Amino acid sequence: MPVNFMPTPQELFRFAPEMLLTLVATIIMVLEPLSGADGKRKFAVISFLSLAAAIALSVAAAGDPGAAFSSMIVVDGFSTFFRILVMVAGVLTILISTNYLRMEEHESGEYYALVLFSIVGQCIMVSANELIMLFIGLECSSIASYVLAGFLRDDKRNNESALKYFLLGSFATAFLLYGVAWIYGTTGYTNLSEIRRVLLDPNSNQNMVVISAATALMFVGFAFKVSAAPFQMWAPDVYQGAPAPVTAFMSVGPKAAAFAMFLRVLMTAFEPVKDRWEPLLWTSALATMVIGNFAALRQTNIKRLLAYSSIAHAGYIMVALTAHSDIGTAAAMFYLASYTFMNIGAFAVVTYIARKGERHVEIQDLAGLSQRRPVVAAMLTIFLLSLTGIPLTAGFFGKFYIFKAALDANMVWLAVLGMLNSAVAAYYYLRLIVVMYMQAPSDEMEELPAPSVGIQAAMFAAAAATVFLGVFPSVVLDYAGKSASFIR
Amino acid sequence: MLETVFFYAFAALTLAGAILTVTMRSAVHCAIALISSLAGVAGLYLLQHAEFLFAVQIVLYIGGVMVLFLFVIMLVNLDAAARERQFHRHWLAALACLAGTGALVALFLTRGAESFKLGAPAAEAAPGAGNIETLSMLLFREYLVPFELASLLLLVAIVGGVMMAKKRI
Amino acid sequence: MLAPITTGHYLVLSAALLLIGAVGILMRRNVVVIMMSIELILNAVNINLVAFDKYLHKLNGQIFAIFVITVAVAEAAVGLGILIALFRNKETVLVDEIDLLKW
Repeated sequence: MPVNFMPTPQELFRFAPEMLLTLVATIIMVLEPLSGADGKRKFAVISFLSLAAAIALSVAAAGDPGAAFSSMIVVDGFSTFFRILVMVAGVLTILISTNYLRMEEHESGEYYALVLFSIVGQCIMVSANELIMLFIGLECSSIASYVLAGFLRDDKRNNESALKYFLLGSFATAFLLYGVAWIYGTTGYTNLSEIRRVLLDPNSNQNMVVISAATALMFVGFAFKVSAAPFQMWAPDVYQGAPAPVTAFMSVGPKAAAFAMFLRVLMTAFEPVKDRWEPLLWTSALATMVIGNFAALRQTNIKRLLAYSSIAHAGYIMVALTAHSDIGTAAAMFYLASYTFMNIGAFAVVTYIARKGERHVEIQDLAGLSQRRPVVAAMLTIFLLSLTGIPLTAGFFGKFYIFKAALDANMVWLAVLGMLNSAVAAYYYLRLIVVMYMQAPSDEMEELPAPSVGIQAAMFAAAAATVFLGVFPSVVLDYAGKSASFIR
Repeated sequence: MLETVFFYAFAALTLAGAILTVTMRSAVHCAIALISSLAGVAGLYLLQHAEFLFAVQIVLYIGGVMVLFLFVIMLVNLDAAARERQFHRHWLAALACLAGTGALVALFLTRGAESFKLGAPAAEAAPGAGNIETLSMLLFREYLVPFELASLLLLVAIVGGVMMAKKRI
Repeated sequence: MLAPITTGHYLVLSAALLLIGAVGILMRRNVVVIMMSIELILNAVNINLVAFDKYLHKLNGQIFAIFVITVAVAEAAVGLGILIALFRNKETVLVDEIDLLKW
């Protein structure tokens, strides 16, 4: 009975993007001590190129979809979509990081290595078809993010952000694991497709109380990771305290990956018991939107405001999850893609205006930006309009498809309340635009030097993507619609 | 019969250790209570014929993680913290947890094993070979990729730990 | 006369450990003790996994438990590193004194 467990070349090819990134990150760690203080720039270039190569490899691997390594990971349209999304988020993060790190005198290879490790973890999360793989990917991504959040070790805000992120993150992981253990106990499997098979089997005689409890425990873990109510309280502190480029990264990469894994677990494994988790998701989606939007109204710190806004956006995506249909999945995928670009774009601007030591992150620091740096102000306007959901931007179609999915699933109330919430959100986004364009800059403001090449590139790319998705949404939406059916 | 006695002994060790861990004033005492709790868990593994996990628990958890904890306790000065108030806020949530524990144990004692009915187990035969042998077959064949990725995870943790704790990079 | 030990016994023990750990996380002010409480919860998970293994006549749960222990080690290393970095700057290990950013 010796079964051959050697991986075939085909399987290795499906796993190639992760292997490449791990290899490059390790090489960076080896080269780091060998390079002088002014030779750190090359690590940014290396990581940038390796991410580009990994994106190409993911596209190539998508041509030959299927499972790999005894069905531990599965490469399908869904995982390819999210793999590319988190890698693009990584590319944009690296672009906005280099200048920031040099300014803070903390440029080192470890930063790029940790970003790459985190992306490897996220790629595993989005392609895992097995709870063990999912969990290891989640931990890789989380541990790297904890360290990144505290990367400037001499800054108290960074220390505090890292510690809070770590404590609440590992608390969430522990609960998630407890739920996973119960799922294993009741179904006998940790493979998502097998769990689905057991739950669908009418003869399996499942204890529904236990399954509901396990789902609720897993929900606690997932809700923490995507910062959904009632487990959103860590996000504002962590986002405010972390270095601005890291905040940009945390608010998109790990979040998109966590939503991908949430979607896959719900749609693949627990779709048969949807009555059990639907009310939970419904309540959480509503609470997340309300808490995020109303708390954002009162903020004066831009990073904190964007943190609450990202909580609110998690709430909209939860609405799409509640719909648990192919349309809902596709809407969530489209929304996450547009959210990635508009949010990283907004944080690129925040990174730029923050200056050394992040002294300028209050809303008042935006005053008169339209006169001081008209192009940057215009870019930020595009991102904020998109976050509001104004037509011709990506955010509009994102919200449109989500509420459409909710209406199709007969969740009229959730859709209506979600739309009311976006109206509230318009207030605080437009307030930022008003401050930029209507208020005169005060005299004691420092001179803003021209943005670095990296920040310019990231801003223009994100703005172009935001507008592109707003004008031609069907390009991404069609692909999302096709891949949504893979995870059922 | 003997198994029952051992179960209750190890369970008592585990729970008493856990309760002391969250109530003791000095962090060093907490760590020692945690060690006894972990030792109780190790005993429970042995009772269920999970010999490999038993060894891992002793060597890795008690030997490794706990030494790490004690090391940090020595490194950061906790004397001042020990004189401070030890508990804070969240009384309600904690009370709810305690009530939950009480209700759970009471339910179990009154209704017995019936209160935790699970789906019927698969009718597969118990693995014949010794625990470590079968375990390694699984680990290095089906679970080879997660195993390799665990090494990646540890690498990330080493890089992260050094980044955070080292004085100068 | 003692009843034989069933899977249920282990599950109740593990649930009690989970809740004790949760109480520790919610109520203690000392970060080191909070991390120890997280270790308690992870051990509760492992007790569950091993008990289910025995019940299901499988070994996948024990494999899972090995990974849980690995992750616990990794988390402890990074968490204590973060704590040392914080202590160097702030000289406190009490969570409610770590309040530069409002909770």
